Amino acid sequence: MDIAFIIETIAKIVVILLVFSALAGLGTYFERKVLAFMQRRLGPMHVGPFGLLQVAADGIKLFTKEDIIPQNVVKPIFKIAPVITAATAFMAAAAIPFWPQFTVMGYTVHPIVADINVGILYVLGVMAIGLYGPLLGGMASANKWSLISAARSAAVFISYEVISGLSLLAPLMMVGSLSLVDINNYQVGGITHWLVWSQPVAFILFWIAAFAETGRTPFHLVANDHEIIDGFGTEYSGMRWGLFFIGEYANMFFISFVIAIIFLGGFGDGTIAGAFQLLLKVAFFFFFFLWTRAAWPDVRPDQLMWLCWKVLMPIAVLNVVVTGIVMMF
Amino acid sequence: MHLEPFKDRNVAPQSAYFHVDIEDYPTSGWDRFKRVVDRTFKGELFVGLWVVLREMIKFEIHTVQYPKEKLPIGPRYRAVHKLLRLWESGYERCIGCGLCEKICISDCIRMDTRIDENSRKEVTEYSINLGRCIFCGYCAEVCPELAIVHGGRYENASEQRAHFVIKDDMLTPLDLLKAGEQAEYPGFGAIIPGSDALVKKTPLAY
Repeated sequence: MDIAFIIETIAKIVVILLVFSALAGLGTYFERKVLAFMQRRLGPMHVGPFGLLQVAADGIKLFTKEDIIPQNVVKPIFKIAPVITAATAFMAAAAIPFWPQFTVMGYTVHPIVADINVGILYVLGVMAIGLYGPLLGGMASANKWSLISAARSAAVFISYEVISGLSLLAPLMMVGSLSLVDINNYQVGGITHWLVWSQPVAFILFWIAAFAETGRTPFHLVANDHEIIDGFGTEYSGMRWGLFFIGEYANMFFISFVIAIIFLGGFGDGTIAGAFQLLLKVAFFFFFFLWTRAAWPDVRPDQLMWLCWKVLMPIAVLNVVVTGIVMMF
Repeated sequence: MHLEPFKDRNVAPQSAYFHVDIEDYPTSGWDRFKRVVDRTFKGELFVGLWVVLREMIKFEIHTVQYPKEKLPIGPRYRAVHKLLRLWESGYERCIGCGLCEKICISDCIRMDTRIDENSRKEVTEYSINLGRCIFCGYCAEVCPELAIVHGGRYENASEQRAHFVIKDDMLTPLDLLKAGEQAEYPGFGAIIPGSDALVKKTPLAY
């Protein structure tokens, strides 16, 4: 392992960290604006032009706020929980190709931290570890609402891991590789080769599971404001709470990348046009997260479990079986 | 939609009101299953998505950016009082009759008068204790000279409420009067437009 490789990898990690931390902040701005426009409001307007500096104001506020550790919490676990959420979100990004490879001054750059051959398995696995953020944070908080939220997050995340895993099984059977780069290259032939046409059911299922895994609105019961205050985040303040937030928004971006790469052809043949198409697809999925938040009501926890185990899981299993039969003959 | 039919509170079958058609809850498992299938494939979720997207595209924003923009308030709104001046002479309209002090039900108006060098009754002190004022509007209604009226100034911030009712603050400044800035009060107790035409000469034989 040569020095250049290490330097390159560290540079990529830093770039991804910085870009997606900033994007998480901007994501909150877009969320507030989009929600406001859909509700005939203006959203943030006062800080900077069109409220653009609201992100900076929020950041300064979160950074300089007192870090309160309540008296009866389990202190070490309470302190480490937000770090788990943010860290796992960014760790999952290691196996995601954000951009096709390009050449700068004769040096080929692969915009992926580690093209490991179990790519998607790694991404899903690390995202699943993110469950421990809400779970431990909620259980350590010495607060009933946080405890309910922790129980819900454990139930929801574990259940929907099943859906996302099973739904991805069918496209992975067709591709024959777990690497996201290989999955992307499988669909390199253009729009007709996208996996969404051959695996529409898996696409829908994975999309639904993505909402549950990021805890977004139809499945927002982990931190449902009108029932359990802010759930696991109730006792948190300052940057610890901000880390939960950054983790959630980074997760939204990363899962959008994963959906776009697996089902919608990713960056295609690797030209500049394909790269920008990937960004457009990601932008659409991110926008859809905000869109549903404005339009749809939340479901109850029992409805969510019902949907997971009695509807989505059988469909996912059937999808795998049918795909297998079709591939066999 | 026109609001007029809804002002009729008589909920008769022929009125604009109607009962919303709510289906009964399913009782059997099969009915419940049918409802699930129905809801899944009816695309109701997409109707919701379309509604919010439509509002976003239409971009009819209803926000009032308050300190920069203000909504008009009604002419009969009763905010902090104002003392008006006579248009021609610039004298205070108040003749010191004391009716407002008398009628004030929360007993918060206090005035002092004296006879000035022109043998005219002059108001030396006039104060309203806004901590007690209930903004009922009786003072404005009873005033025979339209001297004390309610203004539209509802944004008050100070360390003491008394600061809003110093007489000099309530009274129209002379330069504003000369500039024609003093507005006649159209609200509570004011004369109605065109009331000059209604004035009749008192018969002498009366």
